[in-house]
Amino acid sequence: MRQFILRNSVWIIMAVIMAIFPPFLRSNVALSMLSQMGIAVIFALSYNILLGQCGLLSFGHAVFFGLGAYFTIHALRLVNNGQLSIPTPLLPLVGAFVCLLLGILIGLISTRRAGATFALITLGINELIASSALMFYDFFGSEMGVSAMREPWLCFTFGSQLEVYYLIVFWVFICTILMYAFSGTPLGRISNAVRDNPERTEFIGYNPVRVRALSVMVSGFFAGLAGGLYALNWELVTYENVGIMQSAFVLFMVFIGGVGYFFGPILGAVVVTFLTFYLSAFTEAWLFYLGAFFAIMVLFAPSGLAGVLMLHKPVWQARLLGRLIPSYIIALIPCLVMMTSGIGIVEIFYRWSSTGYADSVMTVSGMTFDAAGLVPWAIVLSSLLVGSYFFTKSLSKVKKSWDSVSMEVKSSAAQNDSSN
Amino acid sequence: MEFLITSLLNGILYGLLLFMLSSGLTLIFGMMGVLNFAHASFYMIGAYVAYQTSTMIGFWPALIIPLFMVGFLGAIVERYGLRWVHQHGHMAELLFTFGLSYLIYELVQIIWGRLPVDYRIPETLDFTLFTVFTTTFHTYRAFMMLVAIIMFIGLYLLIKKTRVGMIIQAALSNPVMVGELGHNVPRIFTSVFAIGCAMAGLAGVISGNLFTTEPGMADRLGLIVFVVVIVGGLGSLTGALIASILIGLITNFAASIDYSFGDLLFYLGIGSSSEGILGVKVSQTAEVLPFLFMVLILIFRPKGLMGTRET
Repeated sequence: MRQFILRNSVWIIMAVIMAIFPPFLRSNVALSMLSQMGIAVIFALSYNILLGQCGLLSFGHAVFFGLGAYFTIHALRLVNNGQLSIPTPLLPLVGAFVCLLLGILIGLISTRRAGATFALITLGINELIASSALMFYDFFGSEMGVSAMREPWLCFTFGSQLEVYYLIVFWVFICTILMYAFSGTPLGRISNAVRDNPERTEFIGYNPVRVRALSVMVSGFFAGLAGGLYALNWELVTYENVGIMQSAFVLFMVFIGGVGYFFGPILGAVVVTFLTFYLSAFTEAWLFYLGAFFAIMVLFAPSGLAGVLMLHKPVWQARLLGRLIPSYIIALIPCLVMMTSGIGIVEIFYRWSSTGYADSVMTVSGMTFDAAGLVPWAIVLSSLLVGSYFFTKSLSKVKKSWDSVSMEVKSSAAQNDSSN
Repeated sequence: MEFLITSLLNGILYGLLLFMLSSGLTLIFGMMGVLNFAHASFYMIGAYVAYQTSTMIGFWPALIIPLFMVGFLGAIVERYGLRWVHQHGHMAELLFTFGLSYLIYELVQIIWGRLPVDYRIPETLDFTLFTVFTTTFHTYRAFMMLVAIIMFIGLYLLIKKTRVGMIIQAALSNPVMVGELGHNVPRIFTSVFAIGCAMAGLAGVISGNLFTTEPGMADRLGLIVFVVVIVGGLGSLTGALIASILIGLITNFAASIDYSFGDLLFYLGIGSSSEGILGVKVSQTAEVLPFLFMVLILIFRPKGLMGTRET
């Protein structure tokens, strides 16, 4: 028993955190954010079955998500009308299985080659579905979308966000475990091989096309389930859910989180959902910040947040993290100055351009100034310059301490090897 | 007859515009293997910069200035962005251009706002050239066609007849070998990227005032341009021209056919219902057809119409 707990400690901790979190929250907004995070986690993990594990860059994952949502909401409508009886908690499975079938179809036609070909075919399919959404009103609804009501089941009415949250948590937990287990199955392993070297995989007797198609299927299943949960959460599905934007969003989440590790997409989904929720409340330019975040990750940290974290794992194990922290703090200060002035530039610019010269006076945390005036511009631009100058200087310090620490980690690892 | 001629003219015009955008993209894609998602964004920048310069100093200088600005911007993106992410592989390059297109979209909204800007056709070209039955053909459209054709001829001569063109062609098929022969391949890449972007910018300059100049303009053409490149074949200018005109004609003809498949069946006396999928009018499918075309080409003929190698 003890061993079981130890071995599965990560899952148990995850379940406990997800289960006991809501009572600490006072607001409904936070609860609805957590619900969306849960959906995003499943969606992002399903995407990583393709991108991280099989090396397939898809620009059409919203097809699965959106159609899963649509089929679920239609099933729910049928339940509302009494033509169908499916318990509400199991409704996302409708979307999931439909997308499993869809995954067979898409997998068959798109997986002959990976890389750009796959990316373009999925993009084309996404565009096909997105345009069809504006043609077939019967199924996709008009601009109002399709809506339905959640049915009560047993003692749950699903009337409050809390009950919906627990339903989502239940599915997140199950899906995460299933997808983790999938990454360890022979199929999951061989899909890694297909990602790294399809030719060799063929030589050891596996058909890479079939492996890719199966990955698309599995990934579609979970994306459809996430879509189903979305439909249950909002009780409304619109054509935007099958749009290219949705596909871009999941790519952002997974890449920012890190494609190389299983927990990367979870991290990405949590961080990006959090950002969209709180940034969009603060500023109209939040999509710009999100894109900038993504671009910075692509340029400087292509292994994502998870990759950056895992870089520190050996340092942590060697108990040398304390030596890195001072240099990080030194680098953090100019970095913050740079970021603040960058944000200042964007915000002032936004204000200046969106209102013209008419109403350019803006107030930020008590300070009132004219966005069209010279002084605020001079301040943000000069602080940006100063910040970036000191940031580049501090980077060499970080590099120095990092080099010395990694040297020590290596030598201690070598010592351990020789003593063993 | 009127319908035929106007659709033909509009289709060719749209096709030529697509060609201006896709000629640069097909060279970049064929040579560097980079799927440049930001290509249409340069088209948008061209239109916006032309709007800005035309309000300040008039249309004719605005024809030239954005060209250099967008080309310069393209060179910077290649030199300091793409070359930097190249070390992380093709996937990172693709993601970089994708993020860039997104950023440019947001940036344009921040600078010029979400609404269309008032970018006008110059008065010297603002009159009717000829009339086909009842439909008028505008001089500016003829001017656009002229610019596109001049550009195609110039580009074709540059690539086929000059020494620079020969090196570009060689780098298209075997960059490593060209490098071994002592040419500066990275610089060729940068210049091809810059020229490609400048051509996209030119397309934006001359079409931004006929259509609308607004933040969504890149999105609307961005994906169709890929269709052109895939259908035409990688790195093939002639293929890009044929595919552009083909797609221009298909979408324009489809957009003006106001009948559904169900109507056809009814006409033939087979079915009588015009509901559901049968009730969808051909004009409604105009936007989808190119993508259907691309998916089919990718599945059945990955080389494209005129290409020599697979995508």
